[in-house]
Amino acid sequence: MIAAFFERLNDVYGWNFSVFYDAFDRSRFLTGLWTTIYICVVSIFASLALGLIGVWVAGSNSRLGRLVVRAYVQFFRNTPPLVQLSFFYFAVGSLLPTVGDGFGGQSPLVSGTGWAIIAFSLFAGAFNVEIFRAGIEAVPETTVEAAESLGYRRFQLYRYIVLPLAFRVCLPALNNNLVNLVKTTTLAYAIGVPELLYAASQIWSEMFNVREMMNVLLVTYVLLVGVLVWIMGRWERAMRIPGYST
Amino acid sequence: MSGYPAMRAGATDLAVLKPFRAPPIAPTGLAAPAMLSTGMLATLAVVFCASLALAQNAAPAGRDGAVTILLRWAPLIFQGFLFNILISFLSMALGTIVGVLVGIAQVSLVAPLRRTAWGLTQFFRNAPWLVLLFYAMFLLPFEFRVFGLTIAFPAWVKAIIGLALPVAANVSEIVRGGIRSIPSGQWESAESLAFTRRQTMWMIILPQAFKRMLPPWMNLYAILTMATTLISVVGIQDGLTITRAALVAESRPELMIPMYLLLLLMFFAYCYPIARVTIALERRFNVKV
Repeated sequence: MIAAFFERLNDVYGWNFSVFYDAFDRSRFLTGLWTTIYICVVSIFASLALGLIGVWVAGSNSRLGRLVVRAYVQFFRNTPPLVQLSFFYFAVGSLLPTVGDGFGGQSPLVSGTGWAIIAFSLFAGAFNVEIFRAGIEAVPETTVEAAESLGYRRFQLYRYIVLPLAFRVCLPALNNNLVNLVKTTTLAYAIGVPELLYAASQIWSEMFNVREMMNVLLVTYVLLVGVLVWIMGRWERAMRIPGYST
Repeated sequence: MSGYPAMRAGATDLAVLKPFRAPPIAPTGLAAPAMLSTGMLATLAVVFCASLALAQNAAPAGRDGAVTILLRWAPLIFQGFLFNILISFLSMALGTIVGVLVGIAQVSLVAPLRRTAWGLTQFFRNAPWLVLLFYAMFLLPFEFRVFGLTIAFPAWVKAIIGLALPVAANVSEIVRGGIRSIPSGQWESAESLAFTRRQTMWMIILPQAFKRMLPPWMNLYAILTMATTLISVVGIQDGLTITRAALVAESRPELMIPMYLLLLLMFFAYCYPIARVTIALERRFNVKV
């Protein structure tokens, strides 16, 4: 039904939405969409983990650890993500050994998708460290002192007192950053990862329907971001503590 | 224990019950200390020099050393980097002009105008920068004809427009937020002094909102500067393109890390001071985001 409609649209008006009626184009597009979602989900979780580790080290007593986290955060926040990605993929990737792929050829140890995930996780993780740090600083000092006087150790303090409160404070900023991460995944196009933008560009260079594919692409990304914002909004509402507003 | 001078042993001869103090654990660590900028710059410099030294050692005999090659290409890469900066200036100017107008439209009293401005802002804020850049590159004509006058649209002008779209949307949000953050008493007192709405906006609200909008605006500029490397994806010669070309021309794999690090350091040297000034301004204006 949908296919017939878009086929007719193409015949009558010349609006060639090939992804909706051509099975091959659709499968390419969906594969690209799946790759994008895969990169997004893995990078989101990895960047959250990096953020937590980073903020833990940044708050530790080790001077060296703090310095390393500072350098990491400032470096990744103040350099272009595209150059970071190129750096990882071309420079670091070329130093790693290759492995046999079972067909007599050699494939790199970490694929383009792998490097994209690594680069985006590090990039978003740097922002997450700052976001978590701001959230933790927003926890009243008296709360921390009260917990200390009850004999909480540092891990317990983070686990039971500081992080649950800080998390609610920094959810809006985190939301922003994760949306940004989803948008940044388009950069993987530059190193040839078959994600959504790459798939779309393949389609439009074969079907000559740049305008239609562009619009499909934009709407798809806006939808992807919309889904993420919706999930985060649900989560934010679910975690709200009555009387504790940010 | 050196932090508590009063607790030094032998500070007094009297029998004093000294307060029990556990060694401080978390609170010192919770508020991370001010950024160790010198230490950090040193770290980055050490990393860069180490990679350079490694490359120098790995250079095949009888060929130019890594430092020589790097020095040969550095001016060209720097020129490419300057082009990035130029693009960022122009996109920021264009994006700011459009963004301020759209942002003011977002608080307009005319409902259709307000909704349209809101929709545009949300749409362009939530679309990826690279996709918008492609959009501008492919869909804008390469020349415009206005009244028989032909205006050429070279690729870099289209790139500026493509980058200005998301900038305008973000500026629009910054302006809206800045205007909203001014207490409504300002509007009311201006109204009671018989200011028109336009006068209130331009003479009372915007001047006050300006200093609140400045830090996020500078932040956006830093983000834009970093995003200008995207133009290399759509085939414009910028710093990244030249770096890649240099690597291809030399075909020396051990140079890759120092070469890319050089470009990264250029961007870092430009964006990091902006980030520091932004933080300083935020603290000075005491704006809680």
